[in-house]
Amino acid sequence: MKLSLADLLFYAVAVATLTTAAYAVFTRNIVRAVFSLLGTFFGMAILYGMLSADFVAVVQVLVYVGGILVLLLFAVMLTANIESARLSSPAAGWSWGLLAAVATGIILLPLALEAPWLQRELDVAGPGTATIGRSLLGNMLLPFEAVSVVLLGVVIGAVVVARLRRGGQDGEVQR
Amino acid sequence: MIQVGLQHFLVVGALLFCLGILCVLTRRNAVAVLIGIELMLNAAGLNFIAFARHQGDLAGGSLLVLFVIVLAAAEAAVALALILAFRRQVRTLDVDQIDSLKG
Repeated sequence: MKLSLADLLFYAVAVATLTTAAYAVFTRNIVRAVFSLLGTFFGMAILYGMLSADFVAVVQVLVYVGGILVLLLFAVMLTANIESARLSSPAAGWSWGLLAAVATGIILLPLALEAPWLQRELDVAGPGTATIGRSLLGNMLLPFEAVSVVLLGVVIGAVVVARLRRGGQDGEVQR
Repeated sequence: MIQVGLQHFLVVGALLFCLGILCVLTRRNAVAVLIGIELMLNAAGLNFIAFARHQGDLAGGSLLVLFVIVLAAAEAAVALALILAFRRQVRTLDVDQIDSLKG
């Protein structure tokens, strides 16, 4: 079987993505976990690109790497002294979690491999950003606006929740 | 190793989802639980894009994943604000000990 360069690239990126994700799951140091997640999110962006979803790949980098990852780092640095920021994995929880994960894998993997998925060859030429943009301001306008309202609510809610003080000695927000 | 098709992406998504479940169920630190949730959302997004690519409606799948990404960001912001508030009030990030609504 002849492997093309794109196939080899896929295998490399998939292995890198899964490895960094596994490291983020299994390491006991939360700072290392967050930095390892950087590789996962970049790998996901490359996989999106290989599926010719270019706009989603860019948004993935912008939002996940530029936003969520920085937010996670902020949370780690604000909540714990870095040295003692260990993640414990208790014995009891470990076995049940492993059981659930393995059970999910037993269900999902054969399904992904053996189900007769409908596969149509799609010739994607050029970027699909224009289609997405027209759709967002066309038939998807209502969800688009609803998401903007949700984001406004999240901004206000996050600020209010993060300002909660014990006993309200701040004088502005009582918990 | 065979030619890369739909199944390959589905397998990557499934493995990523399992890792996310493992992270959510076994970790005690609230930030680590959030990491697991992000992994699961990423796995779902990969499946959406893979199906969309191989069934002819790439724009539709992309839109769905875009909304998922936006809501994941919103969820992360709220969760981290909650984590900060918990840290200040209960002095812990252990999700096993965070069990009271009225702190």
